[in-house]
Amino acid sequence: MAKVRVKEELVYPGSFACPGCGLMMAFRHVLRVLGRNTAVVTTAGCGSVVAGSYPQTISKVPFFHCSFGTAASTAAGLKAGYDMMGKRSINVLAWAGDGGTFDIGLQSLSGAAERNEDIIYVCYDNEAYMNTGVQRSSGTPMGAWTTTTPRESLEDRPKKKMAAIMAAHEIPYIATASVSYPEDLDRKIRKAKGIKGFRFIHIIVPCPTGWLYPASETVRLGREAVLSRIFPLFEIMAGKKYRLSPMGAKTPVREYLVSQGRFKGLSEKDISLIQEKVDEYWSELEELAARSRESHS
Amino acid sequence: MKQLMTGNEAAALAAKMAKPQVVAAYPITPQTSIAEKLASYVARGELASRYIKVESETSALAACMGGSLAGARVFTATSSQGLALMHELLHWASGARLPVIIVDVNRSMAAPWSLGVDHNDSLSQRDTGCIQIYCETAQEALDNVLIAFKLAEKVLLPTMVCLDGFYLSHYSEPVDIPEQADVDRFLPRRKAKYRMDPNDPFTFGGGVSPQVLFGLRKRIQSDMDSALDCFRQICTQFFRYFKRRYRAVESFEIKGKDIALVTNGTLSGTVRAFVEQNGKEKGVGLVKMRLFRPFPKGEFKKAIKGLKKLVVIDRNLSPGSGGIFSQEIRSAIYGIEAALPIVSVIGGLGGVDVSIEDLDRLVDRIREGGDLQDETIWMEA
Ligand SMILES: Cc1ncc(C[n+]2csc(CCOP(=O)(O)OP(=O)(O)O)c2C)c(N)n1
Ligand code: SF4
Ligand SMILES: [Mg+2]
Repeated sequence: MAKVRVKEELVYPGSFACPGCGLMMAFRHVLRVLGRNTAVVTTAGCGSVVAGSYPQTISKVPFFHCSFGTAASTAAGLKAGYDMMGKRSINVLAWAGDGGTFDIGLQSLSGAAERNEDIIYVCYDNEAYMNTGVQRSSGTPMGAWTTTTPRESLEDRPKKKMAAIMAAHEIPYIATASVSYPEDLDRKIRKAKGIKGFRFIHIIVPCPTGWLYPASETVRLGREAVLSRIFPLFEIMAGKKYRLSPMGAKTPVREYLVSQGRFKGLSEKDISLIQEKVDEYWSELEELAARSRESHS
Repeated sequence: MKQLMTGNEAAALAAKMAKPQVVAAYPITPQTSIAEKLASYVARGELASRYIKVESETSALAACMGGSLAGARVFTATSSQGLALMHELLHWASGARLPVIIVDVNRSMAAPWSLGVDHNDSLSQRDTGCIQIYCETAQEALDNVLIAFKLAEKVLLPTMVCLDGFYLSHYSEPVDIPEQADVDRFLPRRKAKYRMDPNDPFTFGGGVSPQVLFGLRKRIQSDMDSALDCFRQICTQFFRYFKRRYRAVESFEIKGKDIALVTNGTLSGTVRAFVEQNGKEKGVGLVKMRLFRPFPKGEFKKAIKGLKKLVVIDRNLSPGSGGIFSQEIRSAIYGIEAALPIVSVIGGLGGVDVSIEDLDRLVDRIREGGDLQDETIWMEA
C-alpha cells in the first residue's frame, strides 16, 4: 500500500457539513496538498455553507465567498492582483459545485480557461444543487431522482461531459478524481500545483443527503462510481493527451445504482440503458488514451 | 497642458494615471473606446497593469473584485446592458466593501435598441451601495475619475463615474492634463487594510446572523454619509493640486433668480449656456447635481436658499413614478420651511437633444402654467 504523508490540516474541525459528506473530505484533502500559501474563492452552495457562519470559519487560509456564477473570474482577478503586487507564489483555488461549474458558472469558467488564467479550478461534484435542497443540475446523471426530477419524471439526459468541454479549451491540465482514491487525488493536486496556467480538477463527492444512502457508505460509493466507470479517473494534458488512472477492474453499474435511494425504482431496462451509455463513454476514453499513447510514444 | 480629447479619452487617461494594477473590461457602445484605449496603454507598456479580457461584464466586475481582494487598485468601464449585467455584483462589491472603480458611459436600456444617452442604466443601480458621480465635461470626466479612486479607497465602496454617451463620450473638448507626479502625490498607491493574505488569513462574505447583517447595512449607510465629508475634503485637496474646484452640488447664477433648473450630466452644459444667454431676462439659474449617491441633501438645501421654484429635468424615467432626481429632491427638501414647489420634467430620453430653445419654451410654459406640481412635463422630442 502506498504511504500517505499527513500534511498540515488547513481546515478546522466542526464544519456545518452533514455526516458522511464527500465534499468536506475533498476540501480537506485539496487544501492539505496546496498548503498554507493558498487563497480560496467559493461559490454559493454546500461548499460555502459548510464553511460556517461568522464569526466562525473552517478555513485556515484566506477564503472569499463569491457569487454563484463567478468563481473562475473572481479567482482570475485575485491571481492577477497577486501577480501585479509581486506575490506570484500564492496558489489561487476556485472551489465550486457542479451547479456553479456546469451551469451558472460555465461562461465565466470557459472565459478564464480560454484565457489560460493561472488558477486551480476544482469542481466538487455532488451531482445536483444540494444546498437548495437537491434540484437537478446538468451534472445530474441519467435516471436520478431529484426534487425537480421527481419519481414520475426522472432525469432523462446524460450527465454533461465537463472534461471534454474543458479539453476543448486546450488548457494545460485536466484531471478527474474521487475522494475514495486519496493517493490518486493527492498526486493530481500536487501535479496541478506544479503547472502554470489553467488547471481543472473534477472530483466526484458522494452526498448521503442528496443521493439517499447511509452516511457510512460515502467511501464505498466514491469507489463504486470509479470501478463501474460511471465516473472514470483520467488526466488530459494540453487538452489532447489522455491518460487513464489506475482504478481496478471494471464492474457492472448495477451495484452502484442499487446502493442509492436516488436510483430507486429504475427498471431493468433503465439499468441496461445506463450500462450501455457507461460502456460507450468508457470505450471512447480507452480509445482516446490509446491514441494518446501511440502519438506520444 | 491642454489637449483636445473626448470624454472617453479623458476617462481612460485618468484611469491610466491612477495606475490600477488590474483592469477588466468588456466592450459595449459607447464605452468601447475606453476598453480599447486601456488595452493599448497596457500593451505598449504605458500602464503596468494586468488587463483581463473577460467574456462578459459580470466577469469584468468579478475579476475587479478579485483584484481588489488581493489589495490591488482596480478599474472597469461599461454601459447600459453591461451595467445591468453587473447588477448582482454591484451589491456584492459594496457588501464586501471593495473599492472598485466603474466608469459607466450612460446609454438607454433596451428594448428597443437605442444608442443614445439617458440615465436609466446607472440610476437603476441606485440601491446597490455604489457611489455615483456625474460629469458635465471631458475635463470633469478626467478629474472625477481621479477623485473617485481616492474616495472609493477611503470609504471602501464601489464608485461609479457616469459620462453621458456620445454627447460627452465622443465629442472632443480641450482638457487640462495634470502632471503624473501631481497625480501620484494626490493618489498614492492603494494600501488595502483588508485583503486576502495567506500570512493573515480571514474569511470574507460567509453566512451571518440577521443581527450582523443589519449592523453591516447600517455601517454602509453611515459610511455613505461620511462619504459626503470625504468627497468635500478630497475636492479641497484636488483643488490644491490641480486648481479646479468641485462640489457635490454646484449652482450657477442663481443669485437674484426665482427659478433654478436642476440637472445632471451634459444637460447641465446646455442649461448653463441658456442661463448665460437668457438667465437674467427669464429669471433662471442652474443647480447641478454631481453626486447622486450618497445624495447630498445638506448641500442641496444650502444651494437652493432664496429660490422660489425648482424645475428638475430628469433624463431618466422610473415608469409608474416619474423622474428619479425629482423624487429624490422632493424627499430631500420635504419638511423644510416653506418647501419649494417642484416641477418635474422628463427630457432627452434615448439621447434626444435638449436645445436652448427647448429650455426657453419650457421656462415660458412653467411661468404661465401655474402650479404644475402634480404633473410631469414631457419635453418635446
Ligand atoms: C444567482 C443565484 N441564483 C441562485 C442561487 C441559489 N443557489 C444557491 S446554491 C445553489 C445550488 C448550488 O449547487 P452546486 O453548485 O451544485 O453546489 P452544492 O450546493 O450542490 O454543493 C443555488 C441554486 C444563488 N445563490 N445565486
Ligand atoms: S447536502 Fe451533501 S454535499 Fe451538502 S453538506 Fe450535506 S452531504 Fe455535503
Ligand atoms: Mg452540487
